Amino acid sequence: MNFDLLTPELGLCGTALLVILADLVVERKTVLAGLSVVGLLVAIGLTLWLWGQGPATAFGGMLVMDQFALFFKLILCGAAILVILSSVDYVSKFPRFQGEYYGLILFSAVGMMLMAATRELVSIYISLELASISLYILAGFLKDHRSSEAGLKYLLLGAVASAVLLYGMALVFGFSGTTHLDKIAGMVGSLEGLGANPGLLLGIVLMVAGFGFKIASVPFQMWVPDVYEGAPTPITAYLSVASKAAGFAVILRVFITAFGEPAWLSQNWGMLFAILSALSMTVGNVVALAQGNIKRMLGYSSIAQAGYLMVGLAAVGRGPGDFIGQSSILFFLASYALTNLGAFIAVIAISNKVDSDLIDDYSGMARRAPLLALALAFCLISLTGIPPTAGFVAKIYIFYAGIKQDLLWLVITGVINSVISAYYYLRVVRVMYLGAPAAEEGVPSSGALRTALGLCSLGVLVLGIVPGVLIGVAEAVKFLMP
Amino acid sequence: MTIGLEHYLILSAVLFSIGLFGALAKRNAVVVLMCIEIMLNAVNIAMVGFSRFWGLLTGQVFAVFIMTVAAAEAAVGIAIIIAIYRSRQSVDVGEVDLMKW
Repeated sequence: MNFDLLTPELGLCGTALLVILADLVVERKTVLAGLSVVGLLVAIGLTLWLWGQGPATAFGGMLVMDQFALFFKLILCGAAILVILSSVDYVSKFPRFQGEYYGLILFSAVGMMLMAATRELVSIYISLELASISLYILAGFLKDHRSSEAGLKYLLLGAVASAVLLYGMALVFGFSGTTHLDKIAGMVGSLEGLGANPGLLLGIVLMVAGFGFKIASVPFQMWVPDVYEGAPTPITAYLSVASKAAGFAVILRVFITAFGEPAWLSQNWGMLFAILSALSMTVGNVVALAQGNIKRMLGYSSIAQAGYLMVGLAAVGRGPGDFIGQSSILFFLASYALTNLGAFIAVIAISNKVDSDLIDDYSGMARRAPLLALALAFCLISLTGIPPTAGFVAKIYIFYAGIKQDLLWLVITGVINSVISAYYYLRVVRVMYLGAPAAEEGVPSSGALRTALGLCSLGVLVLGIVPGVLIGVAEAVKFLMP
Repeated sequence: MTIGLEHYLILSAVLFSIGLFGALAKRNAVVVLMCIEIMLNAVNIAMVGFSRFWGLLTGQVFAVFIMTVAAAEAAVGIAIIIAIYRSRQSVDVGEVDLMKW
């Protein structure tokens, strides 16, 4: 048994337990955040070391450590580091349970990292639940009215979604006789046409529904605004980035490995994702127009971003064997992670001071906190997709993947939606720069938060100007196919 | 009449539908959790039925994992419901509506 393949995850589990124990004895609670960040940096180091080792499988093919899994592990660890750095101010207000807060973030990071690396239905389910249950607790962590409401809604809807996913898995297992994705592929590959095995097709559709909940795609998006608004803001940031990235990792792995062949099947699920993509973009953007709360607005914006990402999934399905759909999703996820985290970190800093998430209360923020407002404006511009930002390159790349597979109607929908989205993103910028400040005092923030925000903004700018390196990596990243 | 795979699948589909209906229609949060358990157990029946049909243990192992995770999920769910009950003396999901669009 090659346990060295699991060292990043094992290290993170150990760190999580250590943080919870250290909470009992350490007086200065910032040490806990430091400890968690060190654990995550070690995990990143180990992941890079495994990258050099080349692809391998563990536990009888249940887990596979290929470049694809390792790429997602880097994104997820990076997101967790930024979330923890931005939590330091926020968490210092908690009277108790700070260690559990960091510990749960680490545990859910482990779950998501395993999600990216599984190639078997049982382990997909377990790692998905490890990630989700930690997030349910974190969403309800504040225990006030809004936070527990967010926790309850997330838990009930999440549990229904995972039951639907499981029913789909049961059908796929039942009609193929195995839970290993590569062996399912062997069974599916011999199907004759859509009517040949309705049970298996129903299973696939139910799995799309279950995963659609994770990535917040329409029509499984109803939990998003409420949970995003009620959960602690750093957790909202974590949910919007990490949970979505892990969901896309699982979808790519399952659908390419197990259902990539025969061609008629992948054409059909490609079309399914194309329709969901158009719906998500439109619903997310149109409803975001009416929002007055910035966390809710970013929630709807993340539904819309899931729609743009699914253009890539549609391209993967329509053009099997062409890797551009997959690499455009990887690049989009990396740039979306930096951009969205940056926006949320700025929101955390501002709401710590003004104690409100209403967009109107951001009035005149450019004069009260010039750097914070600049960073937030920059991230919102990147979410809109205006150069010179990462969001612009990512959108061009993913739309190019769509056009290459004759999904012109979908790309046009996407472009129209980008124009709509400019209205509500830039409204925040306008309020910050042209509104009259409600008070004169500045917005203080800790060094950790400023570091995290600086890293995000720098990343967005660098990816916007010299995207070539990361695009090269994303294009080189391949699955380990059986 | 012998009891075959299809009987288990029909039972599982019926139970799953009952659970899904209850989870979406019931107003008491505890009852919603119970309906989710029904859905998960419907999945377990299908898993075990398929497992026997193929002569494989995988489905049964999967069912054991589902039961374990369901227990953890129910524990977290009950904890959150207690937190809600303490703050507003009710577990009616219709009344949990501070946030709406």
